[in-house]
Amino acid sequence: MGDRADSWVGRAVPRLEDAALLTGNARFIDDLSPLPGIRHVALLRSPHPHARILGIDAEAARAMPGVVGVVTGAELREHLNPLASAVRAPMAYYPIAIDKVRYAGEPVALVAAEDRYLAEDAAEAIEVDYQPLDAVVDPLAALATEAPVLHEEAGGNLVHHRQFAYGDPEAAFAEAAEVVRLAWRYPRQSATPMETYGAIAHFEAAPERYTVWSNFQGPFILQPLMARALGIGGNQLRLIAAAHSGGSFGIKQGLYPYLVLLAAASRLLGCPLKWVEDRLEHLSASSSAADRADEIEAAFDGEGHLTGLRFDNLVNVGAYVRAPEPASVYRMHAAANGCYRVRHIAIQNRLVTTNKLPIGLNRGYGGPQFYFGLERAMDLAARRLAIDPAEIRRRNFLAADGFPYEGPAGAIYDSGDYGKGLEMLLEIADYPTLRARRDAARAEGRLFGIGLAAGVEPSGSNMAYVTLAQTPEEREKAGGRSGGVACASVAMDPSGTVTVHLDSTPAGQGHATVAAQIVADALGLRPEQIQVDTAMDTGSGAWSLASGNYSNRFAAIVVGAIAESAGRIAGKLKAVAAELLEVAADDVELAEGRARIAGVPEQGIALGRVAAATHWHPAGLPDGMAPGLYDTALLNPAVLDAPDGADRVASAVTFGFLCDLVALEVERATGRLRIERYASVHDVGRVLNPIVVEGQVRGGFAHGFGAAMFEELAYDQDGNFLSGSFADYLCPTSADLPPLEFANYETASPQNPFGSKGMGDGSSMLTPVVLANAVADALDLDEVELPLSLDRVWRLANPETDGR
Amino acid sequence: MMRLPPGQRTRVTCTVNGQAHSGFAESRTLLSDFLRHELHLYGTHVGCEHGVCGACTVVLDGRLARSCATLAVQAEGAEITTVEGLAADEGLEPLRQAFSRHGALQCGFCTPGILASASHFLAARPDPTEAEVRDMLSGHLCRCTGYEGMVRAILEVARETTEGANQ
Repeated sequence: MGDRADSWVGRAVPRLEDAALLTGNARFIDDLSPLPGIRHVALLRSPHPHARILGIDAEAARAMPGVVGVVTGAELREHLNPLASAVRAPMAYYPIAIDKVRYAGEPVALVAAEDRYLAEDAAEAIEVDYQPLDAVVDPLAALATEAPVLHEEAGGNLVHHRQFAYGDPEAAFAEAAEVVRLAWRYPRQSATPMETYGAIAHFEAAPERYTVWSNFQGPFILQPLMARALGIGGNQLRLIAAAHSGGSFGIKQGLYPYLVLLAAASRLLGCPLKWVEDRLEHLSASSSAADRADEIEAAFDGEGHLTGLRFDNLVNVGAYVRAPEPASVYRMHAAANGCYRVRHIAIQNRLVTTNKLPIGLNRGYGGPQFYFGLERAMDLAARRLAIDPAEIRRRNFLAADGFPYEGPAGAIYDSGDYGKGLEMLLEIADYPTLRARRDAARAEGRLFGIGLAAGVEPSGSNMAYVTLAQTPEEREKAGGRSGGVACASVAMDPSGTVTVHLDSTPAGQGHATVAAQIVADALGLRPEQIQVDTAMDTGSGAWSLASGNYSNRFAAIVVGAIAESAGRIAGKLKAVAAELLEVAADDVELAEGRARIAGVPEQGIALGRVAAATHWHPAGLPDGMAPGLYDTALLNPAVLDAPDGADRVASAVTFGFLCDLVALEVERATGRLRIERYASVHDVGRVLNPIVVEGQVRGGFAHGFGAAMFEELAYDQDGNFLSGSFADYLCPTSADLPPLEFANYETASPQNPFGSKGMGDGSSMLTPVVLANAVADALDLDEVELPLSLDRVWRLANPETDGR
Repeated sequence: MMRLPPGQRTRVTCTVNGQAHSGFAESRTLLSDFLRHELHLYGTHVGCEHGVCGACTVVLDGRLARSCATLAVQAEGAEITTVEGLAADEGLEPLRQAFSRHGALQCGFCTPGILASASHFLAARPDPTEAEVRDMLSGHLCRCTGYEGMVRAILEVARETTEGANQ
């Protein structure tokens, strides 16, 4: 499908989204005022990382002019159930602190007023009596017996612990010629979309229901969870996404507790409530990637073949386990062999609570942390075994003729040719020349390093992979879970124009454009003739648990649903046109806005007339044909089966591949990294729109580069939050990013009609480790941690100074 | 100097995008909030309320200003151009089209401020170097694109405009 030379799919169609965005006409959540009487919310947040709430006095605040009301956790608790997750440890997570605060920034009280300024004034007038408690922010320190405990009812801070073995890792390590071992801390980062969280919540009493407008991005598996927290049926909670979302990168998943909070408060205060997060709130209390204290061991034979892996993952989930956590540590689990042939893998996963904000979806989701271990280990093994880092990877890649490939932990890799990608990379980067330059630089005493990394990019998640957090017995008891359903609707109205509805809640990824390309091909129209509505509404459109914008699911799964629905509309148009043209339906083609006889293009009728016949004259349709042109496809990729009794799961639908190379010089005097060359080669399957693909790669690279170089959501040892503004949390600017040399090649995925693979996360996963590898190479070190800030690198480059 | 007690609103009159506008503001009301919620010009976006990210950048009396770090009362009598005003400028159509062709925007939230800076910059510096463009853009944060498309788009428009002028 879409293989015709003249197809819209595959072309650099300029995005249909752009005109509104470039002229100030795109409407975001803070621009919306969907009903009258909206009051504005400010949240009073805890300044303490850990404290008991002894009392809250909001009398003065309630009496202030313009204030509608104040709601505290104790009051809201009457109306809320805790928010559930797949972790069964006994601890309650509410969207507002009840009797204890567990991170700096946790909501303590909600104020509603005529405008935000007045609400913030009133929030300042609330007196909270705190009894501060000792705090812990380090994941290893939180495991110590004397550590402060966040959730007393859980009996400690270790809230999840599972061990897995695939193949025979014991034997692999016993027989290994070389074992490399690394232990490191991975810092916290946040993708910080330029638009913060925002929501408008409206409670109606008769009938009892909630409507919430927001920039929530899914996954909509959280919708039933929100409904449960509110104690209502799913159809009493209608979620509407704003037409435009100012970036997400996963982060806007973490909005959902606030939606519950606002909904419940709207009920208590009797008015619709609007809250738009400010940047300090976003940095301190939205969501973030996980910081971790991980270890890896990798076993090799004498020729550099990777024979076994042991992962020991310790995830700092922050103050609460917020669904879909613990998914971040299970996202890469089924593909723990990366792009390699290794069959013997042991994995230990532990989750620990600390006094940091709860983690959640963030670009790469578990990938950057996973690859930091695996690809550091590959480089370290290459050094130990005196094998070129490119060659050791080449020796371990899955064979190009071995797809589909079932990994030891259950991932089913759809297609690939990893060796080809690596050769392209080495050629683009001119690897031999870089190696010669490194030799020359080293001969002069300069610190020149080359880093390499390779990995797969799982896309289109199986909603059941998170249930690996439960034992096979627990899963059995809970009932079957599998799948990753996508929904798309295509409609042709009486005037013959087309509207498409998607369940993918895009936040800048160009879904509307690509959907229009697909539908234009199916119906013989031009993309700009197609209206694509991405403002998802759970009250009026098709959706399911997997709906939303995450795990690169659009190009992996959603495109298939669009094609299926458009294909059915095309089939019906042909059937109706065949009657009108008095030919067989098979002889009708849709092209240039007409249904015409194949091979006789001058004989045909305008699509609008065909469409009109289905609406205006249903009695004239062929016998048994339903009127109108409206179709919804709900598509589930068959590969996404339930986890088996041995904890194996097909965790994702498509597996893209990428490899990166960086050459850099460390300035000994300053610790500055001078990037000589950065190249990245991707296999994203068939490219649906090159503008979109290149944009995702460059954006992912920028996120990965920032994470590697300077981004850190920092806390001090006492749990005080240190990165509350963009002057403290440093994102890369146009002046910071080095040129990225990008190339791609295609191995078509068999998982959808286009051969496309999900993409967008990849560069954010590999860029941090490839930079670390280059610094380790430049400084001849085994241990390197992120971020590669000036002071850290300077210390590493000047060990004789003892860090002073 | 006018003195306003806290909580008291005053009428602020200014010219926005060539048209006379007026609305009410307290002394503490930010220009960004005034433009958006009083004048209903929602094209100006607020990304940090801290003057760092540049999303809220507008042209104020011929100079670039962070509207989140400017008070509405400071705009009394001023001439302001927001993205809605830039949108009406046909001369900027090549820049908008180049942004689209080069993937210079994704979510588009930062784009209005960047268009304000880029158009203001090109007016003063019609034939910039890449380093100058990157330096100008470094006053803006974009988390989607990695900036490359913006740099290419601005350089391309500058080149075409300069070549057109030289012919």
